[in-house]
Amino acid sequence: MLGDRGQSGGIRPWTGFVALSVAVAALFLCPVAVSAQEEVEAVEQDTLLLVAAPTGLSAIDTPNDRGSSINVTWELSSDDNGDGIVAGYEVFRSAHPETGFAFVGRVPFGVTEYRDSSVDNRAPTYYRVAALGADESPFFSGTFGPVEASIQWFNRSRLNALVAVIIFVVSILYFVNAAKSGKKLFIRRLAGLDEMDNAVGRATEMGKPILFISGLSSVSDVATIAAINILGEVAKKTAEYNTKLIVPCADPIVMAVEQEVVKEAYAKAGRPDAYNEDDVFYLTRSQFAYVAGVNGIMVRQRPATILYMGMFYAESLVLAETGSSIGAIQIAGTDAVTQLPFFITSCDYTLIGEELYAASAYLSREPILLGGLKGQDMFKLITVVFLVVGVIAATLTATGVIESNFMLAVFATG
Amino acid sequence: MNIFERFMNIDRRWIFLAIGIAVVIPFFFPLGLPISVTEPVQNLYDALDAIPPNGQPLLLAIDYAPATLPELEPMSLALLRHAFRNDVNVAVLTLHPAGYGLAERALNKVAEEMGQVYGEDYCFLGFRPGISAVILGMGVNIVNVFPEDAYGTPLNDIPMMDGIRNYDDIPLLISLAGWGAAEAWVLYAHQPYGQRVGAGVTAVMATDFYPFLDTGQLIGLLGGMRGAAEYEELIDHPDEGVRGMDSQSSVHILIIALIVLGNIAYFGARRKRRQMEREAA
Amino acid sequence: MRRQFPLALCFIAGLFMAVQYFIPHPTVQDMYERLLIWLQTLLAFAFLLGTVSLVRVHYHKIRHRADDRGYSLVTLLALCLMIGLGFFHSAHHAQGSPFDRMFQNVQVPIEATMFSLLAFYVASAAFRAFRARTLESTLLLVAACIVMLGRVPIGDMIHSSIPVATRWILEVPNLAAKRGIMIGVGLGMMATSLKIILGIERAWMGGGD
Repeated sequence: MLGDRGQSGGIRPWTGFVALSVAVAALFLCPVAVSAQEEVEAVEQDTLLLVAAPTGLSAIDTPNDRGSSINVTWELSSDDNGDGIVAGYEVFRSAHPETGFAFVGRVPFGVTEYRDSSVDNRAPTYYRVAALGADESPFFSGTFGPVEASIQWFNRSRLNALVAVIIFVVSILYFVNAAKSGKKLFIRRLAGLDEMDNAVGRATEMGKPILFISGLSSVSDVATIAAINILGEVAKKTAEYNTKLIVPCADPIVMAVEQEVVKEAYAKAGRPDAYNEDDVFYLTRSQFAYVAGVNGIMVRQRPATILYMGMFYAESLVLAETGSSIGAIQIAGTDAVTQLPFFITSCDYTLIGEELYAASAYLSREPILLGGLKGQDMFKLITVVFLVVGVIAATLTATGVIESNFMLAVFATG
Repeated sequence: MNIFERFMNIDRRWIFLAIGIAVVIPFFFPLGLPISVTEPVQNLYDALDAIPPNGQPLLLAIDYAPATLPELEPMSLALLRHAFRNDVNVAVLTLHPAGYGLAERALNKVAEEMGQVYGEDYCFLGFRPGISAVILGMGVNIVNVFPEDAYGTPLNDIPMMDGIRNYDDIPLLISLAGWGAAEAWVLYAHQPYGQRVGAGVTAVMATDFYPFLDTGQLIGLLGGMRGAAEYEELIDHPDEGVRGMDSQSSVHILIIALIVLGNIAYFGARRKRRQMEREAA
Repeated sequence: MRRQFPLALCFIAGLFMAVQYFIPHPTVQDMYERLLIWLQTLLAFAFLLGTVSLVRVHYHKIRHRADDRGYSLVTLLALCLMIGLGFFHSAHHAQGSPFDRMFQNVQVPIEATMFSLLAFYVASAAFRAFRARTLESTLLLVAACIVMLGRVPIGDMIHSSIPVATRWILEVPNLAAKRGIMIGVGLGMMATSLKIILGIERAWMGGGD
């Protein structure tokens, strides 16, 4: 069927006048004599079905891609006003235009581009596009070509991202090296983390456990990784004080990693015997079943301290309110912006956004980690400068002070 | 303890009871409040409305879990009704293991109601674990990730999926989720592949998605039951969403009343305390 | 070697995932495609890992006669029941099967109820926390009330400017603050990923150095 359409591509591109003439000529060829009235009606009906062909056909190799793809663009048929006269456009392709074209795809009316993703690389290809009338009859544009698809090794539209990544890496490595060579790096106070020691001490005094909840996300989430880092530091303290640490997990892989982290922390604190694998366990992946499980643990075991670190969703308030109702000290840290108000309302301390990521450097005070933090700050400063310049440039462009926004090229990505 | 202090320390179960009553009463005595349509909902409606009939399918990711079903299922029903009414093919999948039964439930209900044929008008791809891996994988080739549909039929044998290779052939993708899935579709389907993405999320999460609307990374957004109600209004098929609006109105009013009363009590108690301090001095 | 091998593997895999973003060539993209399939296979195994942990923990509780072993017993019985029903759950007749009925009539209402608790907790937390103590907290309180009204039809009825004010609050001050946090979060993510790839951050391996 597709081939049939391709063969009909032999018809020349029409203008409205030529099409009308052909329609009238067709009537003359009609073997049966028709009355004058019928003749007028037929002409009118055929006239209604005529559609102007699309113009300005162009095709280029899709830039920055893995090859086999050509972008075809055209200008809308002058009859394409969204009122149903043009039903859509069909794109046809050929390696040898003289032998006919094959159908490759269809787009709805109002659309002026099509990506042909099944082209042979380095093969000259010709295109033509047809506007379809309401009765699906095609009205062809001229032929465009030849054009060849090719493979690229580098996505040039992502050059700005590459430059940013390089600056970022250099900035981190520079500060890590500076930290290694003994340079003093300032880091501001984070009350929530300062309180961690007291929170562990309080649980020890009361002889009650500490509950650590590392969010509901998977190990590929940076918030979860930050939570795991904090867990390592907390576990060192609980091992030292001999306080029970309960870690219910919502993800099996996170559980496996956290078991290792806690085990290692206990070994480092010289108390490998105090580690109980059953204290770091998998609960369920289901969001509110997890809440039910954790709330059950809170109500039954009444932990003195509860730490919420990582990625949280709608369950945050249900967890934190239950924790608050049993009188536990609660410290939360999350990059889930929407959940921050809930934690701030119900917890004693809350780490906001990236403070969570900074926690492991803050708690361990390891120079290398602190260096990473400083490098990150430097890049943030650079970003802020770019944003400010961008905003000024956009404002000046909008008010007509400068002609074009030079910053658009910096921020544009592919 | 004076009356103000007593009110401030009221047992929270009384508040729970009041909320319960405020939710239930409108179900028996509906108010039928008019619902205005907001721009993000209208945009999603327009995007779905523009998909040509019987061609490339709408990809509907029913990513919600049972917990958020009451808030998000009205959205899937409304979207499916709209698509089927326009003869738009729909391919459904889920990134949540518990979403399997919920996707089937919504899909079968609307397909039966509107006489749609499996394989020609709609299909169900099922569940695959690994969120980012699934989304990125589909950008390369859908068959790599879903070689067959949920019922074991090879995807290549499903008529409506003929010629559908990757996101290039999907005019619109809508994710309905009560967790990070909707954001993952934006990050891994829109960002690298340019897929047009719309989302339906719980009211709690909705504000998280406004930045994506602003930047055009999301075509449109249904936020909570209100979003569903607006969509139901647009397709002229009022259902659970519209019905829930009265309850939501009464609960919001009650919460505001509680906040006001709490503040009156707070200032009353403070004044009383100061008065007593003055008297003692 | 026990430490070096995973670190090297992490470095190579991380570097490849970063580099593939810039290289559209099929050699790299095909390898990337293959890695994604591997990732899916690995993640499927995670479910097995979780089930083993769940059974282990609750089995130990029952065996050691822990105080709350009754709950453990219920958990294990429910797990066995659902797995058992799942084996008889023919995909072609999914709807109406015993597995589906248990899911639709037990899990769905229980979880939905848990989620709906949020409304109750939001009310009690709002009652407790929203006090006009300072100028900032008063602003917060007023904004909260406007947004609450603007999100329901009754807000429209009270005054047509309430939904407009709601949109302004959500789209201007709210969005500006959120973007600030999001940019920080984004950079933090990049920094953490980079530190993991370079082996600076090693806690994911279990405790560090």
